[in-house]
Amino acid sequence: MSAQTVLRIMVVFYIGLFFLFLFGPLIIMSISAFNETSYPQVWPWRGFTLYWFGDFFTDNMMVNGIKNSIYIGIGVVCVAVPLGLAGALLMTQVSQRVRPIYYTIVVSPVLTPGVILGISTLVFWDRIGVVSGMGYGSIFYSGFFLTILGQSTFISAYCMLVFLARLQRFDRTQEEAALDLGASNVQVFRKILVPFLKPAILSSAVLAFLSSFENYNTTLFTIQSEATLTTVLAGRVRMGTEPDIAALAVVIISVTILGAIAYEIAKRREQRREKAQIDAAKKAKMADIGWQPAADAAAP
Amino acid sequence: MNDPFLIVSAIAVVATAFMVLRTLGVLGGDRVFVRRNGAVVGTYIVVAVSFWVLAMIVLPQLYMVDFSFRLNLPPPEQGGPKDVHTLDNYRYLLFGPEGSEQSFNWLHLKVFVKTILSALFVTFLDFCLCYPIAYYIAQSAKGGHARLLFICLLIPFWVNEILRAFAFRIIFGTSGLLNSVLIGIGILPPDAPIDFLRADVALYTGLSYAYILMMVFPLYNAIESLDHNQIEAARDLGSPWWRIHWRVVMPHAKPGIASGCVMVFMLAAGALATPQILGGPSSLWFTQVIYDQFFQGFNWPRGSAYAFVLLLSCVIFVMSAMRLFKVNLGDIAR
Repeated sequence: MSAQTVLRIMVVFYIGLFFLFLFGPLIIMSISAFNETSYPQVWPWRGFTLYWFGDFFTDNMMVNGIKNSIYIGIGVVCVAVPLGLAGALLMTQVSQRVRPIYYTIVVSPVLTPGVILGISTLVFWDRIGVVSGMGYGSIFYSGFFLTILGQSTFISAYCMLVFLARLQRFDRTQEEAALDLGASNVQVFRKILVPFLKPAILSSAVLAFLSSFENYNTTLFTIQSEATLTTVLAGRVRMGTEPDIAALAVVIISVTILGAIAYEIAKRREQRREKAQIDAAKKAKMADIGWQPAADAAAP
Repeated sequence: MNDPFLIVSAIAVVATAFMVLRTLGVLGGDRVFVRRNGAVVGTYIVVAVSFWVLAMIVLPQLYMVDFSFRLNLPPPEQGGPKDVHTLDNYRYLLFGPEGSEQSFNWLHLKVFVKTILSALFVTFLDFCLCYPIAYYIAQSAKGGHARLLFICLLIPFWVNEILRAFAFRIIFGTSGLLNSVLIGIGILPPDAPIDFLRADVALYTGLSYAYILMMVFPLYNAIESLDHNQIEAARDLGSPWWRIHWRVVMPHAKPGIASGCVMVFMLAAGALATPQILGGPSSLWFTQVIYDQFFQGFNWPRGSAYAFVLLLSCVIFVMSAMRLFKVNLGDIAR
C-alpha cells in the first residue's frame, strides 16, 4: 500500500468521523423521541411510540411561545429589512473617507455578543421610559417592542450585508438612463432598484425571520414577562427533560431538511434560467452583428 | 438636568439632525445626495440609518457604559442628588463586597478567567477540527460532491442552539447514552456512571459543536481562492505535506483563519444557552453571572458593568487578532 493510499484512507476516515460528530447527536435525539421511556434515551429501548409528538401540541406554554416567536419574527423582518436596505444604499454613496468608520459602526453589532445587545437595549429604553415619564404599561416596557428592537440591531446588519453583495452587481447607468428619460427618483427606486433587489429582499427577509426565530441570548434580556419558543425551551431543558422536546426537535429537523431540499431545487432552477437568459442574449447579440452560430462554436 | 449622558445624547441627536438637513440640502451645501436619491427616498435612507445607528447601536451602548458607573437606585431617586458616578460596580467585580474576608472577589474573577480561557480553548479545538474539512472541500472535493458536503454541514445549524445542547444532554447525562453503553460493555461499574456534565466535557463538546460552521465557512472561502497550482508547485519542489500547509496554505488563508477564530471566540465567550444547559451545577459561565446580576440580584448597574467588562475583553481579542493576522474588520465581518 503506497503512502498516497494510506493518506486517502485517513482523509476519508476523518471526514466520516467529522460528519458522525455532526449528525450523531441529532440522530440520537431523534431516535429518543420515539422511545417509550419517560426520560429521553435511546438505550434501553422500551418500545416505539408517537405519544410525545401529541404531547407538545397540547402544551399551552409551548404553543404560545411559538406564536410569540412568529409575531416577533415578522416584526423583525419589518424593521430589519428596510433598515438594512437603507444602510446598504448609504454605504454605496458615502465618501471613501467616511466609509470605513461607517462600516465599523454598522457591522459592530454582528460581532458584539448577543447578551450585551440585549442588555444595552433594555437599559436604554428603560431610561427613555423613565425620562419620558411614561408608566410601566407603556411601549418602552413591552417585551415585544424591546425584543424586536434588540434583535433588529444585529439582524439589520445581516440584511445590509446581503443587500451590499447584490448591489455590487448593480449597473448604475440604468438609474441614470431612467432619470434622463424623465423618471422621478421615487419611480427609479420602485421600478428599477426594488425589482433588481427583489431576490436580496426575499433572502434577507428569510434570513431575518430565521435569525429572530432562533435567537436566545438577546431575547432572554429583552423579553420581560412574555415568552418565546426559545425561552420556553431553555426553561424546559434546564428544569428536567421529557422526550416531547426531542419530538419537537424531530419536527424542526424534518422541516429543515425539506426546506434545504426545496431551496436547493429553487436555486438550481434559478441558475438554469439565468444561464438560458444569458445564452439567449448572447445568441441575439451574435445575430445582430451577423455572426454565425457555427463560427461561434468553432472559435476557441 | 445635570446628566452627562442626556447631554451627550442631545448633542448627538442635534448633530445628526444638522447633518441630515445638510445632506438633504435644506441648509444649502452640496445636493449630490438629494439629486441622486430624490427627497422621498433620500429622507427614508437618512432617517432609517440615523435611527439604526443612533437609537439602536451607539446610544444604547454608550448608555450601558454610563449606567455601569452608577449606583443601584430605585427609579424615584434616579437623577436625584444620590445619583452620582462611581467605580463601585467595577470595584465589586475585583474585590467583592466591602468587609468580606477575601481580598479579591475570587468567585466572579475565576468565572471570568475560566470563560475567557475556555472560549480560547473551544476556538483552538474548532480550528483543528475544521481546517482539514475546509481544505478538503475547497481543494480536493469536486463540484457536486462539495455541494453535498456543504448541505450536510448546513443542516445541523438550522436546528435551534437549545435543541443541539439538549441532544448532548441525552448523550452525556448520567443515565445518558454514553454511560449506558460504557456500563453495558462492562467498562464502568453499573452504580458509578461518570458525570460528564460536572466534568465540563459536555460543555466543551457542545460549544465546539455549536460553532463549527462559523469556523468552516471563512476557512473554506479563504482556502478556495488559493490557486491549486501553488500547492502542486510546492509538492513538485519536494515540500512535505505539513510544510505546504504551514508555508503555502495557511499564510494564504490568514484572513479566513482570523475571521473564523474571532467569530468562534466571540460566540463562545458570549454563549448563554449552551452553558446553562450543559454546564455542571457548580460551574458558571460569565454570561450567567451577568444574567444573575440582572434578574436574580436586580442590580442592573452592576450587571451592566460586568457586561462592559465582557465587551471590552472581546474587543481586545478582536483587535489583537486583527493585529496578529494583519487583517482589517472588513475581512472579518463577511
